[in-house]
Amino acid sequence: MSFAAPRSRPEGAADPMSLWKRFTLIFKSKASQALDRAEDPRQTLDYSYQRQVEMLSKVRRGVADVATSRKRVELQVAQLEQQQAKLSAQAQKAIDMEREDLAREALTRKSGLNAQIADLRTQHANLQGEEEKLTLAQQRLQAKVEAFRTRKETIKATYTAAEAQTKINEALSGVSEEMGDVGMAVQRAEDKTAQMQARAGAIDELLASGALDDVTQPGGGDDISRELDSLSSAADVEAELAALKGGKSAPEAIEGGEGGDILRSESEKVESEDEGRS
Amino acid sequence: MIVRILGEGQYDVSDAALDRLNALDAEVEAAVEASDEPAFRAALKTLLDVVRTAGVAHDPATLDASSVILPSADASMVEVRDLLADDGLIPG
Repeated sequence: MSFAAPRSRPEGAADPMSLWKRFTLIFKSKASQALDRAEDPRQTLDYSYQRQVEMLSKVRRGVADVATSRKRVELQVAQLEQQQAKLSAQAQKAIDMEREDLAREALTRKSGLNAQIADLRTQHANLQGEEEKLTLAQQRLQAKVEAFRTRKETIKATYTAAEAQTKINEALSGVSEEMGDVGMAVQRAEDKTAQMQARAGAIDELLASGALDDVTQPGGGDDISRELDSLSSAADVEAELAALKGGKSAPEAIEGGEGGDILRSESEKVESEDEGRS
Repeated sequence: MIVRILGEGQYDVSDAALDRLNALDAEVEAAVEASDEPAFRAALKTLLDVVRTAGVAHDPATLDASSVILPSADASMVEVRDLLADDGLIPG
């Protein structure tokens, strides 16, 4: 494709931009082709109005879809952050039990989640921008559609079919531009939402399978939790034994109990956030 | 003159800004001819900035057609070419 159309240096408002003049002409012709024509030009007004109303509801759906995607990404960021908090707690617990190897493993996995979270934050900003743009596009189209409806009724009341053509063309060209513009915005938002949903689905699967625990070590399972659990249940048994023998609780029992509480309260938090957002 | 920036709406731009816009348009066009995407993005951004600052938002509740339609600020050179080559604008 060549953009090397001959340039003229205009003196006034006519033919101001050669490259964009071409862009403008093609855009307008495509946009106007998308509107139905009828034999009675006044019917064209009704057909076109119907298309405009359909487009408006399409934009509204688009806004809602983008918002849904955005909320899903927000939820996933929260879940990954919970995962990180859980790994931090595991690292602390491992240190308390003098298992630096386990603590190191937990922290390594925790840092492995940073990239995922950063990526989701970028996607979130992206979707938020798209949502704002689409909302504004919806407002602009709404204003045009309302103006068109008023004009349509005036034209139908005032002109015969033969007289109406010019007026109708004027009204149509103004609104078809907006339709073309909004149509592109909706298409773009749909594409982005589809991409996000595919990626979000992959992260949901990872979260559901617990595989995110293994980010740095595939096939490892949540071995940190298992090992810490067995260590802490051993410590609990010892503490309870000591308590039975001495009639009072040993310091290890408090430590082990606190670690368990932290892990438990986190999973409860995730669940309550799930409910809050759905 | 009414200028539409796709994705943003219409602006009323005074004819006094035309020379400036033409100079910027020449930069955009040169970038497209050279297939220089970064230069294209930079030149397009400057062009749109001038439309936004030299122009004022056109009343959206009118049915006035634009004299000029410009791509959105985040349009790539490929997207602009696609639009020039594509069949339809309105999905569905």
